Amino acid sequence: MAIYLDHAATTPLRPEVLEVYTRALSVTGNPSSIHGQGQSAKRVLEEAREQLAEALNCDPVEVVFTSGGTEAVNTAVKGIYWARTAGAVGGRRVLLPGGEHHATVDTVAWLEAHEGARIEELPIDHEARLAPESVGAALEDEDAALVTLLWANNEVGTVQDVVRIAAIAGESGVPVHADAVAALGYVPVDFRSSGLAAMSVSAHKVGGPVGVGALVLGRSATAQPLVHGGGQQRGIRSGTQDVAGAVAFAAAATLAVGGLDERATRLSGLRDRLIGGIRDAVPGAVLRGAPAGASRLPGNAHFTFPGCDGDSLLFLLDMAGISVSTGAACQAGVADVSHVLLAMGVPEQEARGALRVSLGEDTSGEDIEALLRVLPEAVARAQRAGHADRVPSALR
Amino acid sequence: MSGGVDSAVAAARAVDAGHDVVGVHLALSRMPGTLRTGSRGCCTIEDSMDARRAADRLGIPFYVWDFSERFKLDVVDDFIAEYASGRTPNPCMRCNERIKFAALLEKALDLGFDAVCTGHYASIVLDADGNRELHRASDEAKDQSYVLGVLTAQQLAHALFPLGSTPSKAQVRDEAAARGLAVASKPDSHDICFISDGDTRGWLAERVELKPGTIVDSDGSRVGEHEGALAYTVGQRRGLRLGTPAPDGRPRFVLEIRPVSNEVVVGPKEALAIAELAGSRFSWAGRPPADPATPFECFVQIRAHSDPEPAVAVLRDGELVLTPSSPLLGVAPGQTAVVYVGTRVLGQCTIDRTVSAAPARV
Repeated sequence: MAIYLDHAATTPLRPEVLEVYTRALSVTGNPSSIHGQGQSAKRVLEEAREQLAEALNCDPVEVVFTSGGTEAVNTAVKGIYWARTAGAVGGRRVLLPGGEHHATVDTVAWLEAHEGARIEELPIDHEARLAPESVGAALEDEDAALVTLLWANNEVGTVQDVVRIAAIAGESGVPVHADAVAALGYVPVDFRSSGLAAMSVSAHKVGGPVGVGALVLGRSATAQPLVHGGGQQRGIRSGTQDVAGAVAFAAAATLAVGGLDERATRLSGLRDRLIGGIRDAVPGAVLRGAPAGASRLPGNAHFTFPGCDGDSLLFLLDMAGISVSTGAACQAGVADVSHVLLAMGVPEQEARGALRVSLGEDTSGEDIEALLRVLPEAVARAQRAGHADRVPSALR
Repeated sequence: MSGGVDSAVAAARAVDAGHDVVGVHLALSRMPGTLRTGSRGCCTIEDSMDARRAADRLGIPFYVWDFSERFKLDVVDDFIAEYASGRTPNPCMRCNERIKFAALLEKALDLGFDAVCTGHYASIVLDADGNRELHRASDEAKDQSYVLGVLTAQQLAHALFPLGSTPSKAQVRDEAAARGLAVASKPDSHDICFISDGDTRGWLAERVELKPGTIVDSDGSRVGEHEGALAYTVGQRRGLRLGTPAPDGRPRFVLEIRPVSNEVVVGPKEALAIAELAGSRFSWAGRPPADPATPFECFVQIRAHSDPEPAVAVLRDGELVLTPSSPLLGVAPGQTAVVYVGTRVLGQCTIDRTVSAAPARV
């Protein structure tokens, strides 16, 4: 059995979640139906909504279930943009840090191409951190539609000071959306005290199933829907509601949030052992993102290794039975050079050697030791293979 | 694994032979298209998916390796530069020489693999001393030994061609179907993979500057105008639009393209006949001949699907010089002349210069 160290991509379904998920799948009835079976389904759904709201510390009415994080982000960013620009002449600004997830980057690019939005990318530093003051400065002009940012960066694990950023934006009355997909279950995510207008989360990153997410849309926030139809969920997200998915997400989120302190402590310990082990074993390996500590996700270790391609390393580790990631987005199986690392100012050649190891609930100390045993040889081999653009010796 | 039937069956046979096989699809295009159109298209997402599904079926791991930067530099840019120099390149050959059996092979060896296995129709045969020789495939109609003629002994040492001994392509398709490979009836790819609509002239016109110039005859007399010398190929007859007929009234053909003076040289068909061709960029596919400086009998093939012609070869002044026993038509600088002895590929050269068989040529 392969050792799974790619929890940032997706997490194993927790057995407790599987149990309630499969039980809920057998509930017959559309929660929008009037009859008794519909009412039963509705009751199960609303209990799940309440349970998820409790885990996220928001009101149940603020929870809009979606098909996942990407849909939640799209709904928040486009929906709030549309609501804020309705009736206005000309486009308005969307503020976001560099190095955001593609769900945001591509959504904002679409708004620019089709709706006349003006993108203002706020610089992040070499640790992927956004300076809250830069948001204040950018909001001095009054034409901003919204600010959107990752609560925690999915590649390099840097946690932003979301609360301060939301407070600063709040002074200008500009709504802030946070993509908390990578943060939930690893750092405290409290919607009510965050000052955010909207927040996106996803079930499969916290031991739940793929295909369920939620947009937390504050009571006072308004958003236009992406999906039109039967008017379910405040009219923000039409479509027959996924009762079992909601139940599973609620159960997973409850477990994730409930065990957060213990998990964060345990994973930070494993992560620090991993980071120390890599630094000892591989000269030139550079930890990317925030230093180990409160501003880094406890399960994230992201390195660049000099003189090799991350995909060679990934391949060699895969052959050794260890699943990791280069961290970057894939197109047809090919990882691009990470736009996150480039936004952090990492030179392109160094960025090619990126490898993300992400720990989770089921990660053991032995998993970390197993990785540390094979990594030095894998790096040495990958360095022999060099970069994909090297001139072959047959042509030299 | 390109996503085609040949590489899928080659992989299957390598698995059957007991090798530890990993499927690799090469991402070569900087901007992969989304879906295939007919038999055209280059490393589309669909081709990558077809390759992945074939690997799934065979139960082997599968990865996509990105060589798009090298492909652009070593194949696409070379293709453009060769045309810009008035030559006629063969990009498939360059891809084998520089990508599949260089960039890919070297990365694979460094990562711990022993060989690159492809779906090419060609055979590797061991001579009496155990040296590897490259030979034509059993199915002469599908034989692809020509495009592998650039491989050196070192590259052949790490090459596997499991389809070489297959009697026919039809059998490969049947085998794919019997193995449950969905690509069994996928059309063969044609044309140049990176020119997705097959319009090579149009593609080149966007990348090579075309300037109007003159068409001259072998004496250097001006006989017409052209809109860009590089838009012509040696041997071309149509589209010359020469106002005045030749003195003898017979059709004229493109004999030569002179990129520096931007001239197109035309003349009668006999002047196209080539008595000698030579190139300084040559290689031996496996063990070289004992004494290449002494003329030896061979066959020369100048295109992937042309017939081999009897010739005499000799290595002279750093050039591989080939003298066909009767003059050859349709030979242009930039093409590769592959030298055969029987079914064996002995080596090749990229043609730098040709000598016309017509005595009057200036």
